[in-house]
Parts: sequence; C-alpha cells; structure tokens
Amino acid sequence: MLELFDVSRNFGGARAVDGVSLRVAGGRITGLIGPNGAGKTTLFNLIAGSMPPSSGRIVLDGREIAGAAAHTRLAAGLARTFQIPRPFGAMTVLENVLLAAQGQHGEQPFANWFSPRAVMAQERRNAEQAREIIAFLALERLVSAPAATLSGGQRKLLELARVLMASPKIVLLDEPAAGVNPTLLETIIDRIATLNARGLTFLIVEHNLDLIARLCTEVHVMAGGKLLVSGSPDAVTRDVRVVEAYLGA
Amino acid sequence: MIGIVSYLLFFVTVALSYGVAVLGLNVQWGAAGLFNVGVAGFAAVGAYVCAWITAAPADSHWGGFGLPIALGWAGAMAAAAGVAAIVGAATLRLRADYLAITTFGAAVSLQLVALNAQTLTGGPFGIAFIPRPFSALADQPLAFAAANCALVVVVTGLLFVGLERLTRSPWGRVLRALREDEAAAAALGKAPATFRLQAFVIGAALMGLAGAMQAQFFGFIAPDNFLPAFTFQVWVMLVLGGSGNNFGALLGAVLTWALWTGSGTLVSILVAPEYQSRAASLRVVAIGVVLALVLLLRPRGLVGERPTVSRGIG
Repeated sequence: MLELFDVSRNFGGARAVDGVSLRVAGGRITGLIGPNGAGKTTLFNLIAGSMPPSSGRIVLDGREIAGAAAHTRLAAGLARTFQIPRPFGAMTVLENVLLAAQGQHGEQPFANWFSPRAVMAQERRNAEQAREIIAFLALERLVSAPAATLSGGQRKLLELARVLMASPKIVLLDEPAAGVNPTLLETIIDRIATLNARGLTFLIVEHNLDLIARLCTEVHVMAGGKLLVSGSPDAVTRDVRVVEAYLGA
Repeated sequence: MIGIVSYLLFFVTVALSYGVAVLGLNVQWGAAGLFNVGVAGFAAVGAYVCAWITAAPADSHWGGFGLPIALGWAGAMAAAAGVAAIVGAATLRLRADYLAITTFGAAVSLQLVALNAQTLTGGPFGIAFIPRPFSALADQPLAFAAANCALVVVVTGLLFVGLERLTRSPWGRVLRALREDEAAAAALGKAPATFRLQAFVIGAALMGLAGAMQAQFFGFIAPDNFLPAFTFQVWVMLVLGGSGNNFGALLGAVLTWALWTGSGTLVSILVAPEYQSRAASLRVVAIGVVLALVLLLRPRGLVGERPTVSRGIG
C-alpha cells in the first residue's frame, strides 16, 4: 500500500532520516518506534507531505507522492493526525468534522449562489455522516460544543473523527496515546482496532509500547535516522539492538 | 426641507458605496485574514474602467463608449478582479506580510499611472461627465436622490445577503479553518492558496464596484480620490464596525462617513474661512481618535464576529 524507497532528509549537514526503505501493508496496523531523536517524526512528516525528502521515493498505491504538497495527500487517500491535536477551536465539533468532507460543492464560492439546493442537500448528507462518526468516537454529547472546550484526549478523538470523514485508505497517527488519560486511551485503542477490522490501514508513530504491542502486527524501529529492525512487536522488543538503542548503549 | 432630505439620501448613497468596499475588505480580512493595504487601487481600477465604459467619447481621455451603466459596473468588477488575480497569484503563496507590501505598492503605482497616463485617464484633471444613474430625473432633485439611494440600497442589500450566505457556506468554513490553522486545514485536503485567491478576488471585485458606484454618483473621478487615505478610511470603517461581521462592515461605513462629513461641517461652521483648508486635517485627527477609542474600549468593533453556524445543519 505505502512504500518508501531509500528516503533521506538532511537539515544542513545533519541527516535526520538516512536511507529508510519500508513497506506498510494494506489492511494492517504498522508501528514506527524508536528513541527520541531517532528521526521518526521527520519520517512521518515526509510521508505526510509537510516537507519534501532530500532524496528517495514515497509511493502510495503505485503513485509517487514525494514532493507533492500536503493538501494533495488526502485526495490520494492518505490522512494524518497531529501529535499535539490541532482542532479549529472556534468551530463546533460538528463543523470541525464537516470541514474534512471531500468533494464539497459548497467549497466553490459561486455554487452557493447559483446551485444552493445541491449544496444544502450535500451538506445535510455530510452532517448525517459526521454525526455517525462523532457518535462512533464517543463525542456525541459534545457535537455542538466549540472544539476549544475539549480535553486533550477528546481532541485526539476529534482528530480521528475529522480524518475518518475524509474516507482515507491509510491513516498516519502521530502519537495517539500522548497526553491521554487511561480511560480515553482504551477508547482510542478500541476504535483503532474496530476501524482496522473494517479494512482501514494505519501507520502509528508512538512512544507507548503497550499500545504498539496491542495493536500492531508489524513494527519498524528507527535509531539515528536509520531503520534498525523490522518485525513483530514481540520480536523487536526482545531484539538486543533495539534494547541497546533505547538504553543508549 | 427638500434640501435636507435629498442631502440625507445622498449621504446614505455615498456611505453605502463605501460600505460595498468595506464588505469587500471584510471578505479579505474578516473571513480570510488577508491584509490588503491597497483598497484604493482596486477602487481606482473599477472607477476608471466604469468611466471608460459609460462616459461619452471625449478627447481628454481614452474610452468613452457610452454603454449602459450596468455594463460599466460589471466591467469594473471584472477589471478589479483581474488585477487582484494577478497580484494574488504572485503573492498569496508567500508569507502574509508580502501581500501588504505588494498591495500597497500596486495601489500607489496605479494611482501614479492614473495621474500620469494623461491620454488614458485625463491625468490630474480626471474624467468628468460620467453619466449618473436616473439622469432623466435630474431636474427633480428629490426624486433623483431617492432613486439613486434606492439603487444603492438594493445593490448593497443583495451583496449583504449573498455574502452572508457565503460566510455560512462550506467555502466560508474552509476560510475560517485556514485563518485559524493553515497546516491543519491543508492536512484535511484544503488547498490554502486557492481559497485565499478566491477570497482576495471576490473582495477586490467589490472594491472595484464601490469605485464604479462612486464615479457614477459623483459624475467625476480624479487620481486624488484614490490616495492611501481612501484605503485608511475603508479600514477604519471595518475595524470600527466589527471585522468578520457583514452587518458591522456596513454599520462602520455609515458611522465613519457620518463622522467624516459631520466633522467637515463642524469645521466649516466653527473655523474662520482663512484657516479652513488647514482645519480640514482635523477630520483625519477625529477619525484617528475614534479609531483609537474603539480599539481601546471595543477591540472587536461595535458588532464583532459572531460564532457562525453553517446553513443546513442548524
């Protein structure tokens, strides 16, 4: 589904990502872990399109996407969340989710004057779908609340809701467990598993090894900008090179 | 009595013609957060294009096609939109401050062109005898003023309704999202440059229309009408009324224009004739003081932005 071939990124003289090649299989949950400074976040940003790689290819469903602007990723089927959630605080939860719908007629300014009925009909359909997604993510009580009033964990759920509204094929999750209380974390883990059972592919960057072990079938470990080991969660956490990388030995 | 009524009607006519420009700025700044410091330039483009299209042929300037006023207004909007598309396409991908620099430079350049390209624009003498709407009524001052006022009220009303609909549309929602967090909106598939350019062009088209309306109601335009002071006035109107609120934009236009004309009248009554031309600068001071007071006491304007609920999901 998603393939990286020899992807590198330099910042001045420093090589944050150094020749990484990996595959994310369709329909699976793949983890990306590593100690601080390993280059995980940079690699994540390269895949999400926040910055172009210095060299290498990123291929999604056979299409080269490296270098294309961030806003074109979603049309290609790739969605992302942010490590620190970025809700549109002045908008309600419902409007945050509605915003993410793709192919809205009403995003053409003139359509709102010249074909308002088509715009409204689509808006109502989208709102219905958005409410279902919001309910699925246990936010239905907050549907009309301004997003700024949500707690940290609820914001993570809202990020996921927005991304789902866009019907992506693959979702990149940037530390979904960071700053979330244990109860909400269970909700997040449960929903990710449910969505995956319905066929959605995930790539998760995470520090929380418990979450990785419970969700992922394959894990890639990065250290010093390079891919260190790939394998099942069990195998990589027992791997002596991984232990050394985490302990800084 | 008739004199006062027709004066009031003319006051509303001019105030609302400014209001149209303020509505345009509200699309750019209020909705999209685009800092346009060249409002006068877009109004000038609209005014001159409208004059060329509608005026009778004359030796003193280019154009003079004597076409209907509606065509003049449409041409003015199209021309201002075209200039905005060029300026916007060149700068909207860059950091926000470049737009301010570029729009200011473009407006000053356009004003200098109007001043110096005498064969096109009549130079410092401007273009006179621009036909006024309802000129058949010109010998009945009250009916003439009332018809013009009704026209501008209807046009402004239509624009107000149309813009309110846009504010509450999916398009308006994307603009609010981009204003709040561009990276997050882009991650949701929204192309920042496209939406900004649309807002910039729509806003500029309204500024062009405002310029055309003023050319038509005054019957005369000159480069001096489009100095940076015009841009300043339109900005004060928006900030005073409430940025992000279309009603606030119109309210600010009427109140600021009242302050401007009212302080002018006061100066002419209170100041000895030989000092009046210098005392006229006090009007700018008065506007500045009111602006400072509003920013201190009601920083969001008289009626600030309200939470927006999209149509169809309420």
